[in-house]
Amino acid sequence: MVDVPLGPTGVIAAPDVEDVELYHPHSWLTKYVFSQDAKVIAIQYSFVALSVGLIALVLSWLMRLQLGFPGVFSFIDANAYYQFITMHGMMMVVYVLTALFLGGFGNYLIPLMVGARDMVFPYVNMLSFWIYLLAVLILVASFFVPGGPTGAGWTLYPPQAILSGTPGGQDWGIILMLVSLMTFIIGFTMGGLNYVVTVLQARARGMTLMRMPLTVWGIFTASFMALLAFPALFVGAVMMLFDRVLGTSFFMPVMVEMGQPLDRNGGSPLLFQHLFWFFGHPEVYIVALPAFGIVSDLISTHARRNIFGYRMMVWALLAIGALSFIVWAHHMYVSGMNPYFGFFFATTTLIIAVPTAIKVYNWILTLWRGDIHLTVPMLFALAFIVTFVNGGLTGLFLGNVVVDVPLSDTMFVVAHFHMVMGVAPILVIFGAIYHWYPKVTGRMLNDPLGKLHFWVTFLGAYAIFFPMHYLGLMGIPRRYHDIADMAFVPPSAHALNAFITIVALIVGATQLVFVFNLFWSLRHGKPAGGNPWRATTLEWQTPETPPPHGNWGKDLPVVYRWAYDYSVPGADQDFLAQSQPGPTRAGSGSIHG
Amino acid sequence: MTEQAFTEGTTGTHIEASGLRSLAADFSSDRQAFRSISWGKAMMWIFLLSDTFVFSCFLISYMTARMSTTVAWPNASEVFALTIGGTSLPLILIAIMTFVLISSSGTMAMAVNFAYRRDRRKTAVLMLVTALLGATFVGMQAFEWTKLIHEGVRPWSNPWGAAQFGSTFFMITGFHGTHVSFGVLFLLIVARKVWRGDYDQERRGFFTSRRGNYEAVEIMGLYWHFVDLVWVFIFAFFYLW
Repeated sequence: MVDVPLGPTGVIAAPDVEDVELYHPHSWLTKYVFSQDAKVIAIQYSFVALSVGLIALVLSWLMRLQLGFPGVFSFIDANAYYQFITMHGMMMVVYVLTALFLGGFGNYLIPLMVGARDMVFPYVNMLSFWIYLLAVLILVASFFVPGGPTGAGWTLYPPQAILSGTPGGQDWGIILMLVSLMTFIIGFTMGGLNYVVTVLQARARGMTLMRMPLTVWGIFTASFMALLAFPALFVGAVMMLFDRVLGTSFFMPVMVEMGQPLDRNGGSPLLFQHLFWFFGHPEVYIVALPAFGIVSDLISTHARRNIFGYRMMVWALLAIGALSFIVWAHHMYVSGMNPYFGFFFATTTLIIAVPTAIKVYNWILTLWRGDIHLTVPMLFALAFIVTFVNGGLTGLFLGNVVVDVPLSDTMFVVAHFHMVMGVAPILVIFGAIYHWYPKVTGRMLNDPLGKLHFWVTFLGAYAIFFPMHYLGLMGIPRRYHDIADMAFVPPSAHALNAFITIVALIVGATQLVFVFNLFWSLRHGKPAGGNPWRATTLEWQTPETPPPHGNWGKDLPVVYRWAYDYSVPGADQDFLAQSQPGPTRAGSGSIHG
Repeated sequence: MTEQAFTEGTTGTHIEASGLRSLAADFSSDRQAFRSISWGKAMMWIFLLSDTFVFSCFLISYMTARMSTTVAWPNASEVFALTIGGTSLPLILIAIMTFVLISSSGTMAMAVNFAYRRDRRKTAVLMLVTALLGATFVGMQAFEWTKLIHEGVRPWSNPWGAAQFGSTFFMITGFHGTHVSFGVLFLLIVARKVWRGDYDQERRGFFTSRRGNYEAVEIMGLYWHFVDLVWVFIFAFFYLW
């Protein structure tokens, strides 16, 4: 690190920054529908993503009904079951989690937290949302075409994804899925460029990179990763589309289907898996890193304590981001690739545990001797840490080749990734919504409803996914429509499956409480004021709440300190906002390296 | 970037730095990580990085397909030969295409130069020449496609060997050709704006309602040089291998 000195007084002078020109909307349509304001775009993104999330939730109910009570619901035949699996997985991973963290939280928080008036290219930002909406509509349209949506599994592995035995394989399903993914990637690229450039080039006076809240660091790193990871999925989708539509053989080896030799040869199904997971593994961290960042800020704010090891938190984020590009083939241990690859990828996979452990220890050390307020956002943040550690530990099992081979394609895998990349990030999303809702609407979400939502969701998630590990160790395979006839499956497994299904229905239904709370509090919530959590970051210091177009009124904010000056001795309140002048405390993220 | 100095507020602290120190100074400064880079340029650079990954994935997939296919790969110098005046010249068309595209990078660089000097007419004319050369490239590519299709090359098969030859050829050159075509389109749009004096009068854009400036020419140039550079790789890996 190189020392870069601050001005002689250690205080930054008044802004000498030329202000940006904003495009002001002229009509209701350009203000609320085709808006170029990042905050409106964020709400649009979040609303669409949460709606898709509800669809995907219902799909998971339908799957659970089949698994818990096989044969009772005759409309869930094998085809429908695979279609539900596929759509549930793809929707949740790409259209909900990615869109919500980057498109939703990214759009709302980045400009506010770095002290910008808006994203750097508001027009492109607006296009990003509308293209995302188009991608969602294409995806949802596949429910209504002949043959229904694709049932290839969310990983869309060829050759089965485009063969006639798979639902949607020779119909419209797979085509719509691939086109929707390509559309999503184009839309995301437009947004992602905005997020990255805004963080790099449009910060407020005094906002150095090492003073940025970790939320911004997380979203920034994830956006950058997404810009490098989505191309692989894009290329894979193009090639599979050609295989399906033009009859090329990129992924199609010599095959016999239903006794008939197919007119294909020489393709490599493994190639698709490499392309898919070169996207797919970074994707896990594209979802996880924003969650890491947000949870750091939630913990620090609600424990009234500065984040422990800020610099290491930043470097750990970057290290995880970089490492996640060289671990992808740990999803492919049983795929038939060269076994020596397994050695390399197992090693890199386990190395990721190091920066990740740094983050977990730092969260716990932030809580140590903190003034912990068990608010709803804090409850969700704490739940995240526990859940993430749980999911991470089973990741160590699956990252090792010898342990992974017997566990592959069992319910253990389902339990692992739902813990680590399903439940954990969604807990953060809920926490973040409870935390920032007051800034977005000016009103608090209802507290008792929030606590109800939290406890049922948190305990319920464990009741659902803990038993699944056990099922997996028993050898119950995943992605099976019906396991009733398997001789080795004991009756207790069926009882457990029925239990999981009932809990899943209850947890799912509880999300309606949350949705109700969102709408009810809009009108009837307690007025929040500008800074209900007494937080230091810039978005809580806006002159108006909710912030208007342009965020800051006449003068742009100036930043004097890092984001974590909590419990400051001698301060008027117990915290110092980032925009509050005064001497910086030693070690509190001054420009000095 | 090496010329960049770190300035802190109006206090006058001004530290000349070079090399790694300058990089660190840039990254530890407030407001902008890259002091002399505008938003538009930064966005184009990062977009090109992302696009590099797209083309890399295409080319690596092509190499994988070529290595894993069970049938022999067609001989590029025979397939891409043109018979002119009775003699068969290997790779002649592709040589001309490459020459045209690289020349267009030259005219683009000159256009950027004149844009810096606010020379409206020369900039616009050079951009039009660039667009013309780009369109010529796409035209010759269309000719090449037509010739191959007449000879029986299809995405799913060809007369000489591995089916993946046609698949990857049409996919990769098609994807690159699309990039060039979009480049030509945007060159024409920017050239029109330059010619009309939009950047001198700070006229607002039709879609975005924002004022542009001459930097648009340079950003356009970044894209154009990138498309050109990608072609060099496609040329090397597809035609020369």
